[in-house]
Amino acid sequence: MSMATATLKLFSQLSDYLPPGADQNQALIEIGPSTTVDGVITALALPAGKCHLVLLNGVFIPPSERIATPIRPGDALAIWPPVGGG
Amino acid sequence: MSWTGKFLRVNLTEGTVKSEALNREWARLYLGQRGLASKYLAEEIDPRVDPLSPDNKIIFTTGPLTGTNASTAGRYSVVTKGPLTGCIACSNSGGMFGAELKNAGWDMIIFEGRAAKPVYFHVENDRAELRDAQPFWGKTVWETDAGLKAHHQDPMLRVATIGASGENGVLFACIVNDLHRAAGRSGVGAVMGSKNLKAVAVRGSKGVRVKDPVRFLKSVAEQKQVLADNAVTSQGLPTYGTQVLMNVINEVGALPTRNFQDVQFDGARRISAEAMREPRRSDGKANLVTNAACFGCTIACGRISQIDPGHYTIVNRPEYRHASGGLEYEAAWALGAATGVDDLEALTFANFLCNEHAIDPISFGATVAAAMELYELGAITSKETGGIILTFGSAEALTALAELTGKAQGFGRDIGLGSKRLCAKYGHPDLSMTVKGQEFPAYDPRGIQGMGLSYATSNRGACHLRGYTVASEIMGTPVKTDPLVTDGKAALVKAFQDATAAFDSAGICIFTSFAWTLENVAPQLDAACEGEWTADYLLEVGERIWNLERQFNLAAGMTAKDDTLPKRLLKEAAKTGPAKGLASGLATMLPEYYAQRGWSAAGVPTAETLKRLALA
Repeated sequence: MSMATATLKLFSQLSDYLPPGADQNQALIEIGPSTTVDGVITALALPAGKCHLVLLNGVFIPPSERIATPIRPGDALAIWPPVGGG
Repeated sequence: MSWTGKFLRVNLTEGTVKSEALNREWARLYLGQRGLASKYLAEEIDPRVDPLSPDNKIIFTTGPLTGTNASTAGRYSVVTKGPLTGCIACSNSGGMFGAELKNAGWDMIIFEGRAAKPVYFHVENDRAELRDAQPFWGKTVWETDAGLKAHHQDPMLRVATIGASGENGVLFACIVNDLHRAAGRSGVGAVMGSKNLKAVAVRGSKGVRVKDPVRFLKSVAEQKQVLADNAVTSQGLPTYGTQVLMNVINEVGALPTRNFQDVQFDGARRISAEAMREPRRSDGKANLVTNAACFGCTIACGRISQIDPGHYTIVNRPEYRHASGGLEYEAAWALGAATGVDDLEALTFANFLCNEHAIDPISFGATVAAAMELYELGAITSKETGGIILTFGSAEALTALAELTGKAQGFGRDIGLGSKRLCAKYGHPDLSMTVKGQEFPAYDPRGIQGMGLSYATSNRGACHLRGYTVASEIMGTPVKTDPLVTDGKAALVKAFQDATAAFDSAGICIFTSFAWTLENVAPQLDAACEGEWTADYLLEVGERIWNLERQFNLAAGMTAKDDTLPKRLLKEAAKTGPAKGLASGLATMLPEYYAQRGWSAAGVPTAETLKRLALA
């Protein structure tokens, strides 16, 4: 049986942390029933200080909620370091 | 000190040039640049004047920190009554021109009247004179810049100029200095053209005096360290530029797409900062060559790009193969997502053309997007376009129109009307995505609610640079707020608008505000300028400026009815993303905003507010 998957997107200086096989700043990652936002950040050893803008399906997840926010099959988790522009 | 204390008044009708003393009381009340020049404009012209008539004036103005060694202190603004909007216009630019003007010993230049034949204004320190611009009339920005440098045998001459677009009344013509920095919005270039003023060319070597040099140097060093310690201003902006936002804003569902029909663009990644840095399959080189800084800037967010030499746009045009000003976020959005075009090289070429011919890429791209929707509806046909197939996603149409609009030729003349007049001309005024006649920038108010209020109340028409609540609602600067709610947004918008007016009047770049607040600006101003400058006082100055601009617009004929958004954004909900099902909640926010401002329900500053701000 194949594992459920979600889409991981890493941008800007976090692009270097994309897993092998990633294309266009995104990759499919396997998830289980207990996978959380914080769990993905930890598993990929993303530097905590650079995980500033963390969006699950486009919605911001504050640092205090990342440990308890589950990732469901088909979700999109996108992460940026601090960004500015305009 | 820090102000030079004098400015030039140039009467183009009479051909006279005079030096005048700066009004020091107004400098205390309005600081400089945007604020101070707005005060002069409001005092000197009838707000109901035709913007393209000789009775309008156009002011090139610096701030007190311009030309000093404070970080980013190279800014200048162009203040006039804008032809695109009928509102007060203030367009801010970087590059080297502003610092050069200040170093020539002038706080600003006021141009009035209209020259009988094309002229340019040449300033070399104390010597300032009008000169014949006939040889440069009809020339591009790049030709004029090179021509003036050659004529004066001075490669360090700093030139701010218009192209054929400004000469021929393109309503979003801008003024480009240093080849690819622009006083971009509201059609200030068309005002210059209406006065037969082709260019301002400046050389200054006098330096800028500050009140307390030792304290100033110490303060500047401390505040540069703040920028160096901030992840956005020290790493994010120099490495990725403003274009880092393309994927961010798409992900949050606020990237206006195909004339705001959608809020997400499936081609966003292909036109983003990340794409600009990747080697091309064709030649192995990246679109982005390097970053670049304006005068005195320690951030260096500018993009320098080189187009694929084999791309259709330049394969037979070697004159465009050099590196030049590349895509910033707002331009990439307007030329790209707004029109549905995802060809990065075509967007870069269109951006080069906007710089070369001095047209605002935001208004240009947004107007092309409106024209594409009109074309797909059948309201515009190939007969009007001269055979251009104007469908969404057509890079060929986009680049052809950039050239035609820049040269004010063919269907480019219709595009040069701007979105509001174009949509009215072809019978669909509701399809114009504008406020007060100015096209939106790159944030959909359905996905970032505060920006809807910011656009609706902006004193120069739809604009992101008058109150950039995106910083809070998306980026978390200075605090994170929820982009999908209207609660608290009235106060947030007011706070951003007032602080921004103070930044814009100091001579520094608003991008410092990703790391600085007015608490960081005040000690630099206080060490440089006569008087006492605290953060609290600067906020008061900002609020005063906002109300002065509002008073001008009300006197020009604007009313609360103009503080609104297009029906599409108020009635049609976002179809995808986090904002799916939401329209703009402007109706909820606007009354609260008026109350926060101390304005009546009709959007008019009360007598008490005017008295509090020393405006009555």
